[in-house]
Amino acid sequence: MPTSRRQFLKTGAALTAAGILPFARALPAGAATGDTLVAVSAQTINSLDLHRSGTNRASYAVAVNCYDRLVTFGTKQVPGGGLSYDYSTIEPELAESWQISKDGLTITFKLKDALFQDGSPVTAEDVKWSFDRAVTVGGFPTVQMKAGGLVRPEQFEAVDAKTFVVRLDRPSKLSLPDLAVPVPFIINATLAKANATEADPWATEYLHKNTIGSGAFKVIRWDSGQQIVYERYDDWVGGPLPAIKRVIMREVPSAATQRALIERGDVQVAFDIPDKDAAELADKMTVYSTPIENCIHCLCMNTNFAPFTDPDVRKAVAYAVPYEAIFQAAAYGRGAPTWGGSAEITDTAWPRKSPYDTDLEKAKAHMAKSGYADGFETTLSISTDLASWMEPTALLVQEAVGKIGIKVTIEKIPGANWRTASLVEKRLPFHLENFGGWLNTPDYYFFWAYQKDHLFNSSNYFNEEVEALTDETLHMAVDDPAYAPKIQRMFEIVFEDLPRVPLWQPALNVAVNGASGYEFWFHRQLDIRSLAPAGA
Amino acid sequence: MGARGRATLVRVLQAIPVIFGVIVISFILTRALPGDPAVQFAGAMATDESIQQVRETLGLDKPLPQQFVLYLSQLAQGDLGQSLSTGRPVLTDLASRLPASLELTLVALLLSCLVSVPLGVLAATRPGSWVDQLCRLLVTAGVSLPTFFTGVVLIYIFYYLLGIAPSPLGRLDFVYLDPPRVTGFFLIDSALAGDGETWFAALRQLILPACTLALFTLAPIARMTRAAMLSALSADYIRTARAAGLTRGKILYGYAFRNALLPVVTTLGMVFSFVLGANVLVEKVFAWPGIGSYAVEALVASDYAAVQGFVLSMALLFVLLNLVIDLAYSVIDPRFGTAAK
Repeated sequence: MPTSRRQFLKTGAALTAAGILPFARALPAGAATGDTLVAVSAQTINSLDLHRSGTNRASYAVAVNCYDRLVTFGTKQVPGGGLSYDYSTIEPELAESWQISKDGLTITFKLKDALFQDGSPVTAEDVKWSFDRAVTVGGFPTVQMKAGGLVRPEQFEAVDAKTFVVRLDRPSKLSLPDLAVPVPFIINATLAKANATEADPWATEYLHKNTIGSGAFKVIRWDSGQQIVYERYDDWVGGPLPAIKRVIMREVPSAATQRALIERGDVQVAFDIPDKDAAELADKMTVYSTPIENCIHCLCMNTNFAPFTDPDVRKAVAYAVPYEAIFQAAAYGRGAPTWGGSAEITDTAWPRKSPYDTDLEKAKAHMAKSGYADGFETTLSISTDLASWMEPTALLVQEAVGKIGIKVTIEKIPGANWRTASLVEKRLPFHLENFGGWLNTPDYYFFWAYQKDHLFNSSNYFNEEVEALTDETLHMAVDDPAYAPKIQRMFEIVFEDLPRVPLWQPALNVAVNGASGYEFWFHRQLDIRSLAPAGA
Repeated sequence: MGARGRATLVRVLQAIPVIFGVIVISFILTRALPGDPAVQFAGAMATDESIQQVRETLGLDKPLPQQFVLYLSQLAQGDLGQSLSTGRPVLTDLASRLPASLELTLVALLLSCLVSVPLGVLAATRPGSWVDQLCRLLVTAGVSLPTFFTGVVLIYIFYYLLGIAPSPLGRLDFVYLDPPRVTGFFLIDSALAGDGETWFAALRQLILPACTLALFTLAPIARMTRAAMLSALSADYIRTARAAGLTRGKILYGYAFRNALLPVVTTLGMVFSFVLGANVLVEKVFAWPGIGSYAVEALVASDYAAVQGFVLSMALLFVLLNLVIDLAYSVIDPRFGTAAK
């Protein structure tokens, strides 16, 4: 964002009580104390507007930190230490309260008395405009809204200034959580409309460079490819006021440099660091490695391609995979194992341990039983963009399945082609894949990864019962007595059919040196609102 | 002006077909790249519908010739298009990133020339001495150490262990603000603003990456200086000069060095253009917001406009560079422009 030097210094001085320049020239990097916190990450933010087409994942952080949604998720303690969002509790953010009608088709929200960062009040009209925008602009936001059953602008109504109504086509357990994901953020509609043009009715150009929300922070400076500077909005009502006034998010592409910076203590948070660095830094400082909810690294076998059409071949592969060795070599033990579980399924936990473990004898037995007892040759495809975990995994898989007569050549596909080849055309017989769902229920994972023709079903898997069960459970409440048996049945079928062999649940690694309050979020971006100086 | 002026004009005119060729080739090559930008930018969860929407917004559903005509007419208006991955006009991106790369490369080259040219001359005048051995050692080290490795080692020693270098966080530590933009070169801009503190801070940030690059570029320059000096010193006119009893300084710097400079300047031009494109790794290690990492990221994401803009700006830069080198020739070698064309 274009801020002149003088203007920037002026706002800075005005906002700091004592009139001390926020970026006092002589202040060394390490002296960033109470007021300012510095975080580094390898990712590049390419827009301040999540709804714009082409906005990348890293930019979702801006929507999280600078805008409010109607609702948000609660917080829970993670067993391994640290905090995580809690999918099972929904808490107010901009909404003060909400009511769901008896038939589950109408949700009525009462808004808090909140002010946008420019001082104008937040009204239901703003919410309506923002929701209309999300379902209309197309691309990712529209797809994500659809997951919660939010498709058309007519579903949203601003009854009066403080009352907002969402009408659903059918009751769904996903609708309310889908309002807590980063997408349906609330924009200052009056200001946006003032900057909209005929060609650009949703003001995407303006929002691309400006944050105009009611959220906890505003972006006061954005140097594309270098840094983004957040400053606290003191009248935030969406939650407890953040302890830190200013957060500087610097882009540092090299993991070695990131590591030097965090070890020296010149930065307080190194976000999303590689598993290797996380494992090595863990003795020196606090490193949070939170297994990413509803996300699994998988070895996929395409059921459209022989010999993977043969269920015994798929089982033979599942028994041949050296799970522990892969987990140690590719993930440095960060994350959660998803192998060696019990055969009997009695709960609906997901990701869960599959009933398979490394057992060469069983693998050989299945191979002998299959139509390919003499083995065969195939290609294992990986993406160059994801080589950090895919390459070691592929090498270990190659070695292991060689022992049961499957000769594997590893094919590396450039990142720009990967998605087309694996997900769109689904033409890779044997490949590695990863899917993580934002909405944390097994049926949502199944919807994307096991239903016919759905994007992440890169194995071309089709099973009539799974289709039917997924459709039935997708919108069903999790406490419905019919829910658990159906989900357990789905687990049984896919573990028997094995289009995807779960390898492990990856972790999001964050090293912290001189800060506290880090909380894991499903969107895998840094939520700076909960951060505080160390010891606070 | 006369012959020299005409020769310069011919050079400039010769550049026009070259640049047009570059435009055509970069356009075709980017389209021939594997990968579909519409798919890339529609995001991970995109449906066929939303991919089609993105394709239409990008104008990629139109036939190639039509896209090319559109591109040309945009170019004619000085519009390089919009980068998808950064969401900004390519021209703005290049304007902010090219100076960063140029500043780094120029400082590195200056540093490397200051070391390698005297070293090459000394090595040539005293073959087999310790200076010659030192030259050989530096040349070998410079060629064999990859830049990202040198960079990480320098960071480890001077920042991590000794703590004398500033945080490797790009062009300026975050406690400073960018100097008011005039040229985009921080050293020049802060000097123009009379801001000594920022100037010094920018210099401090520059030292490690510039040393890394300098070490890498030192080798070809030193080697070329040494070889050119050796051949010049064994030339007939030097023997004549010696026989005529000219002073050692006059022979060495007036005749031998001036003649040896031609291949050195050529090498310098080549090294410069090579380094400008190839310092991606240094940029990554030092979080330097340069043009190399911009181009690589654009390429990976099939960001057509950004790749084309990068190729075009590099082509222009090369044409300019060659012109400057030719002009440098004409200063060094008075025969320039009379024989050719």
